[in-house]
Amino acid sequence: MTDTSKTPDIHKDGDEIELLSFLVGGQDYSVDIMSVREIRGGAQATSLPHSPSYVRGVINLRGAVLPIIDLAKRLGMQEEQKNDRNVIIVVAVGERTVGLMVDAVSDILSISQEDMQPPPEMRADQNRNFVSALTIVNDRMIRVLDLNAVMPETNEEAA
Amino acid sequence: MSDPMAEIKASFFIECDELLESLQDGLQLMDEGEADSETVNVVFRAVHSIKGGAGAFGLDDLVKFAHRFETAMDDVRSDKLEATHDVLKLFFQCGDILADLVREARENEPHDPSRTAQVLTEIDSLLGSSAEDEDEEEVEFQPMTLSLDLPGIDADPIPASEPSYTIVFEPENELYSLGNEPLFLLRALRELGDMHVTCETKSLPDLDQLSAEIGTMIWTIQLTTSEGEAAIKEVFDFVDGICRLEITENSPAMASLLPDLDLAPDLAPELPPLPMPAAAENPSVETPFVAPEKSSPPSPPATDAKPAQATPSQDTKPAPKASGAATAPRATVRVDLHRIDRLVNLVGEIVINQAMLTQSVEEAGLPPNSTVRTGLEEFLQLTRDIQESVMMIRAQPVKSLFQRMGRIVRESSADIGKDVRLKTEGENTEVDKTVIERLADPLTHMIRNAVDHGLESNAEREASGKSAAGNVHLTAMHRSGRVVIEVSDDGAGINREKVHQIAVEKGLVPPELQLTDTEIDNLLFLPGFSTAKEVSNLSGRGVGMDVVRSAIQALGGRISITSERGKGTTFSISLPLTLAVLDGMIISVAKETLVVPLNSILETLTLTPSDLLEFGPETHVVNIRNTFVPLLDLGAELGYREPLSDYSGTVVLLIMQEDGSRAAVVVDAIEDQRQVVIKGLQDSYGRVPGIAAATILGDGKIALILDPVDLITQSSGRTRPMSNLEKIAG
Repeated sequence: MTDTSKTPDIHKDGDEIELLSFLVGGQDYSVDIMSVREIRGGAQATSLPHSPSYVRGVINLRGAVLPIIDLAKRLGMQEEQKNDRNVIIVVAVGERTVGLMVDAVSDILSISQEDMQPPPEMRADQNRNFVSALTIVNDRMIRVLDLNAVMPETNEEAA
Repeated sequence: MSDPMAEIKASFFIECDELLESLQDGLQLMDEGEADSETVNVVFRAVHSIKGGAGAFGLDDLVKFAHRFETAMDDVRSDKLEATHDVLKLFFQCGDILADLVREARENEPHDPSRTAQVLTEIDSLLGSSAEDEDEEEVEFQPMTLSLDLPGIDADPIPASEPSYTIVFEPENELYSLGNEPLFLLRALRELGDMHVTCETKSLPDLDQLSAEIGTMIWTIQLTTSEGEAAIKEVFDFVDGICRLEITENSPAMASLLPDLDLAPDLAPELPPLPMPAAAENPSVETPFVAPEKSSPPSPPATDAKPAQATPSQDTKPAPKASGAATAPRATVRVDLHRIDRLVNLVGEIVINQAMLTQSVEEAGLPPNSTVRTGLEEFLQLTRDIQESVMMIRAQPVKSLFQRMGRIVRESSADIGKDVRLKTEGENTEVDKTVIERLADPLTHMIRNAVDHGLESNAEREASGKSAAGNVHLTAMHRSGRVVIEVSDDGAGINREKVHQIAVEKGLVPPELQLTDTEIDNLLFLPGFSTAKEVSNLSGRGVGMDVVRSAIQALGGRISITSERGKGTTFSISLPLTLAVLDGMIISVAKETLVVPLNSILETLTLTPSDLLEFGPETHVVNIRNTFVPLLDLGAELGYREPLSDYSGTVVLLIMQEDGSRAAVVVDAIEDQRQVVIKGLQDSYGRVPGIAAATILGDGKIALILDPVDLITQSSGRTRPMSNLEKIAG
């Protein structure tokens, strides 16, 4: 019922959307479950030279090259303790597929469209740019990630 | 249209492409003065075959034009017309138009007659007054007796066993009023054997007195048939009594005296243009009816045999097309490109799989001569063979691309009135099909630039002591595992002062900045460097070169300029073969595993302290057999680590760039040498500087494939840590 490449706030027709929620740096985030391809354990990534710090590198996903984004770094969070039990959520955004490295996957939530709130304007942190909506589940604030914003810039031509 | 027909038509167009290619080749040879009589024949046959096939599909525009072209060609073939440069120039144009017409017919595009008309006029003036105005022939056409004088076309000798007949056929008025059609009778006669028809039209009235009901024409038919007189009479059964019919058997001696009375389909070139369809509708106007090729099935080989006869060396009747080795059709299969791509991918997976297998066999610690090891060796060999075969399916020679460029040169030089000769080299260099397709636009652009801006006008060239005609060279070659395509001209070269001035005026560079020649040349690639208007006053170039560059880069290629004032300019495009697999050297640096394309590595060596020389405050050069090569630290260049404090004892790869310059690249260790499958990074991540692609190693990990040239171009060359400056300097 949903277009997988769009972020949840665009859904007009559905009463409820399903979100995959996960923990990043102790905070609750979520993505539209339709854009999730698979969830897999962390693997040793091959680092890419001259890449932004939040790009962990690339891993082999059954013969395909999958770039891994360290979501905590991407969201500008403080360096967390390194644990090897990181989880990679493979998401498809448009034509591209990337892996999001998160601390842990928590739950699958069904959220009614009315319960989604637009994020407030907050200039202090760039964090807001990555959040397309907010919602509350069990008294916890869940941020809905704007996947397009999270994607690394394609440097078509490095000068 | 039914499907089988569409299929036949499709194969006709494929054949057309091949024929057009051999046509171009032949003309090129003639232009270079290297043609023999056979070349002329090949060219003639190509046009003729296209005409024949087009007739079968009712592609009238194509038939008409091919026919005129063929007529002109035939004059050359029979030495009536000398193939001078001007004549060939016209023929090249004809070839271009023919290609256009074929394309229009294929795409069902409307035909624009203006261009054709102009060239036809030129052909007419070339041939003298022999040709009528085609547009009005349907009204003004005067029937005439067909000339049997056919120089250059020796008909097949009539087999002595077959008797020939002379048939005189004069329809009476009643024949017409009963709705009979002499054309059909003649066609029916043709079924019996070879025949030749002449028409007696002396009694034909003027056009305004012409009536469809009054018979005024007498046909004389020479027919060679084994069917006998009865069969001939049978043909005329329906018109018995309403025509005058005389059938006489020729003596065998007479038949052999008249060999060229034998009907050859090739008579057609000698005919003035005939509106066949119109004639068929209007029997009273239609006269010299020669076996209409149009109604014959598309079997060009059948007619091809005849021109080949002209070469005396062929003693027996040659097999169709046997004499034209260049045009000999290769057996081909049309395959959906997706299937090939799938195959390419699968082979890639095999290679990865095989690497994994090799690794586990090694880990299992089996003895070297065990059956598993030997089997694996064979498997390796097979995989390699399969891989090469699969790659060859996708690879195509750049020839077709180069021929298109030949046309661009002809057209653009004609537009601006310069004489330009295009020389091509390395046409058989094979490149991936996709590369060829996507190279057409940028290359067109570059060729136009070379003709328009690169070359001076004829007068200027002569003034500076060059030949009046400009030369443009188009070269393709394999170099360092890439394909290098060069477009060079012998024009005035880049006017660097002017280029710099324009760049400053446009605010692209600060005026006070001093630029090297190469930097100035590269200004041409800047977006917005110049619009067409400004550049046309310039002896340099720059129209949309930024577009060209981005197109080349999108293909994973690079473009560079070299130019010498007064001598010319060379644009060099270097492209990957886009093979899905490459031979690589597996190296490690700063705990990362990387793959270096094997073909870029000249040699590997271990540095001794005496090899290593300080160059600048942060750089080193390496003395390799008394030449100095810059030292690059791969780990530092890729940002994996800081430069080492001491490089003696390290392993370096000597890497050669396309321009021949070299660099010594420091790595930590050389691990292995093997084939790796290229996995693009562009789609999933984007371009990474210094990195061409990625691959999957035997252990399932991803290793990056280095782009050595990009790495060297982007390199800082820093091989001394800042903090250690003092120490090294001291």
